[in-house]
Amino acid sequence: MKNFFRISFLIAIFFGFQFNSNAAEKVEYLKTDWSFKGPFGKFDRAALQRGYQVYQEVCSSCHSMKYLSYRNLVEEGGPEFSVEQAKAIAASFEVKDGPNADGEMFMRPGRLSDKFVMPYENEKAAQAANGGAYPPDMTVLVKARGGGVDYIYSLLQGYEDPPAGVTLDDGVYYNKYMYGNKIKMSNQLSDGLVEYSDGTNASVEQMAKDVTTFLMWTAEPHLETRHKMGFKAIVYLIILTVLVYFSMKRIWSRIETKV
Amino acid sequence: MSEHEYTPKSKVGKWFNDRLPLLTLANHLTDYPTPKNLNYWWTFGGILTFCLITQIVTGLVLAMHYIAHADMAFQSVEHIMRDVNYGWLIRYIHANGASMFFLAVYIHIFRSLFYGSYKSPREVIWIIGIIIYLLMMAAAFLGYVLPWGQMSFWGATVITNLFSAIPLVGEGIVTWLWGGYSVDNPTLTRFFTLHYLIPFLILGLVVLHIWALHVPGNNNPIGIDIKKPSKDTVPFHPYIVIKDGFALLMFMIVFAFFVFYTPNILGHADNYIEANPLVTPAHIVPEWYLLPFYAILRSVPDKLLGVIAMLSAILILAALPWLDTSKIRSAVFRPLYKQFYWILVADVLILGYVGAMPAEGLYLLIARIATAYYFLHFLVVLPVLGFKERTTPVPLSITEPILGGSPNLATVKKKDSFKDQ
Repeated sequence: MKNFFRISFLIAIFFGFQFNSNAAEKVEYLKTDWSFKGPFGKFDRAALQRGYQVYQEVCSSCHSMKYLSYRNLVEEGGPEFSVEQAKAIAASFEVKDGPNADGEMFMRPGRLSDKFVMPYENEKAAQAANGGAYPPDMTVLVKARGGGVDYIYSLLQGYEDPPAGVTLDDGVYYNKYMYGNKIKMSNQLSDGLVEYSDGTNASVEQMAKDVTTFLMWTAEPHLETRHKMGFKAIVYLIILTVLVYFSMKRIWSRIETKV
Repeated sequence: MSEHEYTPKSKVGKWFNDRLPLLTLANHLTDYPTPKNLNYWWTFGGILTFCLITQIVTGLVLAMHYIAHADMAFQSVEHIMRDVNYGWLIRYIHANGASMFFLAVYIHIFRSLFYGSYKSPREVIWIIGIIIYLLMMAAAFLGYVLPWGQMSFWGATVITNLFSAIPLVGEGIVTWLWGGYSVDNPTLTRFFTLHYLIPFLILGLVVLHIWALHVPGNNNPIGIDIKKPSKDTVPFHPYIVIKDGFALLMFMIVFAFFVFYTPNILGHADNYIEANPLVTPAHIVPEWYLLPFYAILRSVPDKLLGVIAMLSAILILAALPWLDTSKIRSAVFRPLYKQFYWILVADVLILGYVGAMPAEGLYLLIARIATAYYFLHFLVVLPVLGFKERTTPVPLSITEPILGGSPNLATVKKKDSFKDQ
């Protein structure tokens, strides 16, 4: 068994190195309790629904969500809207379809099978409308940023007046968590900006947390299944390992006496 | 192969075996006499076989859903993650499987370095192993390009650009590799093809690796030649099979932890941003398993010399059986080599660390010293050590005490006896 500790120790050192190297030049992000962290983590259903509302009312006017479909809103492990609710959400968007029998493109209400409608026709249009900066697609945004959920959560609350000596161009804002501190998105959240249907007080902190939870789900829609399956898989492996260990001892005992 | 003639008991078996001796092969594999003092560092061969098969099987499934096109690759990966049944599981196993594969191969290589498994008569096994390792790095690099994220794209740009360092024909070779004047769709499709091909080349080489192993048989922790079969050996089945199986399960627990609980920690966040030829990431870093070589590449100020240094760092390993002049295999009986061995391990870890850091200031200085030491170890320390080192007495067999007795025997037995496993 001694060798196993040696192996595990080496592995630990090695990956320790890796984590350290990634941790360099990091600012301290704001911390909050994420319900989905840890081996048994699950999404807070109500937070996901509120987060969707924030995304829909605030973010979606600039940020696309191109890998998500309206049907995903119903699926297990997500916000779990009822089918009727999701259908109503989908139908509130106009989707371009076609060509029809006359060869014309036409607009129709969205269906569950449609992808989320994009705010702009294309990337160039998005840039033109946002002072040259392209608002990144939000589907996997949480996984595409080094700090993950903590980074997004902090960034949304990180707007400050620039310190003395920092001059900002028109349409550029100061954010203490942004890489280089200059960001082209203005502060979007203010207290009471959205009216939550479940009566939760829509403070900036609350909205930031809800929308970040929602973004975690859009990035990892199968997170809950993954956590559940992981627990079963690891328990199974541990039991099997113990059984195999005793079989091994038994088998080797046949020759041990001869040694 | 096996020393005794094997005849199948049944008539049909004998008829078949006379025409294709598959049963003789199976018998050889189960009876294969293995030194009984092998420790757990020897279980990584089996673990690596598992890794290769896992990568091939998950890779086949991924290839059924993946689209090798610059406009669709990123999207098709998201399709796998979202809409394909258990696609997320298959992809996370494949992505983390690459890291697990390299973790295991590094342990396997360093085990060989410690116990002198590369020495005569096992040079061919060792060289085939180095070729497998080179192909693994190629496969891993090509595979990393396929999701077509920012790191994929820029990693591909940096690595393929290394070929431009070759005088005269360099630029032409780069254009030829790209299939155009920049990394683009033709690059992606050929990388996909090669990524699909290489694992099967590796599989073929693994067969040769094992075949070459079965000629002289396994080395062992005390590094002596043993009689086979004898009191020093056990049949591969069931003794080694169950032990390898137990170690594999331990390994799978670590593997499962990464897949289910931190599936993205070994990857770079930028690879979840779709490739954009107009935006260069702040730091372009390879995956962790290539970092030591990346550090060597960057520690040399000249591009061509840097590439040569990086390639030499790998190829020098192939010359190792001749660079190491010591007749004693195992570091257990080489007190000085043992020290230098651990310095080399630390040196490679340091190279890996500075490889992840920006190449400037103190990091660059450390990288240069570590690179110099890496080559010093193989080119100076090992050849000289073989002549200068006073080794401790080696036992004549695993079970029998050394002739004439030795004060060191007690420690040797304690370190490597079966009970300690």
